[in-house]
Amino acid sequence: MTRLNIKKGSTSHSAYELRDPNAELIETHTLAVLVDNESGVLARVIGLFSGRGYNIESLTVAEVDHLGHRSRITVVTSGTPQVIEQIKAQLARIVPVHEVHDLTVEGPSVERELALIKVAGRGEARIEALRLAEIFRANVVDSTLESFVFEMTGTSEKIDAFAELMRPLGLREIARTGVAALSRGA
Amino acid sequence: MMTKATTRTMTGAEMVVQALKDQGVEVVFGYPGGAVLPIYDAIFQQNDIRHILVRHEQAAVHMAEGYARSTGRPGVVIVTSGPGATNAVTGLTDALMDSIPVVVLSGQVPTFMIGTDGFQEADTVGITRPCTKMNWLVKDTARLSGVIHQAFHVATRGRPGPVLVDIPKDVQFATADYTAKPDPLVAHYQPQVQGDSAAIARLVELMETAERPVFYTGGGVINSGPEASRLLRELVAATGFPITSTLMGLGAYPASGKAWLGMLGMHGLYQANLAMHGCDLMINVGARFDDRITGRIKDFSPHSTKVHIDIDPSSTNKVIHVEVPIIGDVANVLTAALALWRARGARVNRAALAAWWQQIEAWRARDCLAFRPSDKVIKPQYALQRLEALTRGRDRYITTEVGQHQMWAAQYLGFEEPNRWMTSGGLGTMGYGFPASIGVQVAHPDALVINVAGDASWLMNMQEMGTAMQFRMPVKQFILNNERLGMVRQWQQLLHGERYSQSWSESLPDFVKLAEAFGAHGAQVTDPARLDNAILKMIDSDGPFILDCRVEKHENCYPMILSGKPHNEMVMGEVEGEGAIGARGAVLV
Repeated sequence: MTRLNIKKGSTSHSAYELRDPNAELIETHTLAVLVDNESGVLARVIGLFSGRGYNIESLTVAEVDHLGHRSRITVVTSGTPQVIEQIKAQLARIVPVHEVHDLTVEGPSVERELALIKVAGRGEARIEALRLAEIFRANVVDSTLESFVFEMTGTSEKIDAFAELMRPLGLREIARTGVAALSRGA
Repeated sequence: MMTKATTRTMTGAEMVVQALKDQGVEVVFGYPGGAVLPIYDAIFQQNDIRHILVRHEQAAVHMAEGYARSTGRPGVVIVTSGPGATNAVTGLTDALMDSIPVVVLSGQVPTFMIGTDGFQEADTVGITRPCTKMNWLVKDTARLSGVIHQAFHVATRGRPGPVLVDIPKDVQFATADYTAKPDPLVAHYQPQVQGDSAAIARLVELMETAERPVFYTGGGVINSGPEASRLLRELVAATGFPITSTLMGLGAYPASGKAWLGMLGMHGLYQANLAMHGCDLMINVGARFDDRITGRIKDFSPHSTKVHIDIDPSSTNKVIHVEVPIIGDVANVLTAALALWRARGARVNRAALAAWWQQIEAWRARDCLAFRPSDKVIKPQYALQRLEALTRGRDRYITTEVGQHQMWAAQYLGFEEPNRWMTSGGLGTMGYGFPASIGVQVAHPDALVINVAGDASWLMNMQEMGTAMQFRMPVKQFILNNERLGMVRQWQQLLHGERYSQSWSESLPDFVKLAEAFGAHGAQVTDPARLDNAILKMIDSDGPFILDCRVEKHENCYPMILSGKPHNEMVMGEVEGEGAIGARGAVLV
C-alpha cells in the first residue's frame, strides 16, 4: 500500500512494538490458589509471576489438607483488569494447580495478616507504645525492661498504620506473614 | 494405547523402557552419558524401541518435534544429566512456544549427590521449569512408571507441550513394582475440550449475518488432529467464507482451495492482511494473536466482532479483546458449530458475501508476491517456485530453518494437507529445520522430506549430517545460500541505515565437499537455467543430499508489515507497477 519511506539511520522502528498497550487503571486483587503439595509447585507459581512480569505484593503458602496433599497459596497482585484475568488464566493452566479463586471479585471475603513488631525504648515512649498497642488490640508476646514484641493480626492496612505509629517510638524490627484470605459465608 | 494394568517388579531403567512400550513409542532420539547408562543398558537388551543416536541434544529435541508434528504423536528424547539436559533447553522452549508434544527423559546424579555440585550435575527441573508444560524429579523408583505415564498424559492433553522427567541414577538401578497407569497424585489434569454451547450459538448467529467474514486459523487446528482439518474444510466449503492462516496452521486448509487467501501476518499476503483489517467477523480457530500477526494492536482489525476458539483459556484476551471466546478443542467446537448452523438452516448473507469476495479478488489482483525475475542469478523466490512446481502432486514434507527463506517458503509453497509443514514459529529457532527433517523422515521413511534452509541457519546444526548418514535418512537440504543472515541484513537495510553489522557469512564451507566428507552427495547451482535439473537431481538422489543453491544476495522479503504498523500499511515489493512478471507468470517462464 505504501512504499517504504524511512530515513536512513532511523531508529523509530524496532523489531517489537515498544509502547505499552495496557497503560490503564491498576487494580489490586487477592487470589487463592489450591495446588498439589509437591516440590517445585511454588517455584512454578512464582516463576510465572517473574517470567511474565506480573507483580507479587504479598504471598503466603502452607499445606491446608495433609491427607488430600493440598496447599493453599494466597497471593495479592496488582495489574490492569486484562492482566489480572491473564494471571488467573495462566495460574489455572499450571498442571498441579487445582483451583484459582479471585477473592476480590467473588463476593465478600476476609483478609488477615499477622505481624510481630519489636519496639525498644524507655520512659514516655515505652508507655505510649503500650497504650497504642492496646488501642490496636496488639498482644505483648515478649517483654524486657527496654523492649516489647507485639503480636497483631488484622488487615494489611491496619498493620501498616500501627508500624508507622511505632516508628518514632523505637521500632526495631517487623516480621509479617503476608495475607491469608477466605471468602465469607458457607 | 496403554495396556492393562500389570504389576511386575523391575528396575527403574527397565520401567523406562516398559513405560515407553506401553505408551506405544516406537522410536526415541537421544544421546547416552554417565547418568543414563542404566537406561541405555535396558535399551540395548530389547528390540521394540528404536534409538536414533543424535550428535547434539538440541537436535534430538528438534527431531522429536519433527516426528511429533508430522505424526500427531508425542516425540520422545533421552538425554544425560548436566550438559545433556541444558543442551535440550532450546528444543524444549521451541516446543513450548509452538505447542508440540515432546517427552524428555533426563538422567540426574544419584539422589544422595543432588545439591553437592556433583560431576555433570545441573538443577534440571529448575532450569527447565519455565520451558516445559510440566516437569518432575523422581526420587523414588516406586513412583517412576506412574510419573512417566502422567508425563505422556500431560504432554498430549489440552494444549500440547513439552514435559521432562528427571531420573537420578540410583532411581534407575533400584527396583520397584511397575504400574501401567498414571500416578493418581497427579492424574487430575483434564482440560476442557467441549465448547460452551451458548458461545457456539453466538458464533452461529454471527456467521448467519456477517457481511465480511474471515476465518483466521492456526496451529491449533493441526494439533487437534486430522478431523479438525476435515471439519474446517467442510465449514469453509459450506459457508463460502474466505480463510487465511498463520505460519503454524498452513495445510489445515488446502492451498489449492477456492477460499484460500494465503498466509497472513508480517510477511503475509496482501489480500489476507487486508481481509483481516477490513472484516466485520473474524473467526479465530486455534491461533493466538501473535505479535507477528497483529501488528499495531490498537489498529488491529478495528471494525470486526472477534470469535476465538482455543483450548487454552489463557490465550483468549491475552493481547486482543475478543467478544466471543470459546474454550475447547477445535474438532469438538467445529462439530458443534456446524451441526447447529445446519440445524438453523445453513444461512449466510449471500449478497454481502459476494461483494466481499469481489473486494478480496481486487486485492488479490495486485499479485503481492511478484518479483523481478532474472536470467543471470537465481532469485530465492524463483527457487521456491521451481521447488513447488517440481514437487507438486507428491506427498512431500517440508521443514525450514528461520529467516527470509522460511517466509518465502511459506509464501511460495502450497500445502494441501496438515502435518506436512514443520517450522519454528514462536521461538524462531535457527538450526531447527535440519534435525526436524530427520525426525520427519524417521516417522515417514519413504516420504520426500525437504528442509528449506538458509546458509547461516543450516550451519547451526550441521553436525546432524552424521545422524542422517548413520540411519540412512535421505533428507534433502535445499540451502538458499546468499552468504548473508538475510533477514537481519534486510532489517539493517530498511531500518538501521544500511549498517550491515555482523550479518554476512564469512568463511562458509564448500557445501558439496561438506556433504562428501560425511559420505553424502551434494551439488551447487548458480545458473537459473540449471536450477530445475539441480532440484530434480536432489529429489531423485537416494540418500541425504545438500543442494547449495546460490541465490541473489540482497533480495528482500515482501510484502512486509513493519512492527508497530497496522495491516493496511503494508510495504510491497520493489517491482510493483514496473511491468514485472507476476508470481503466476514467473512459474510459466
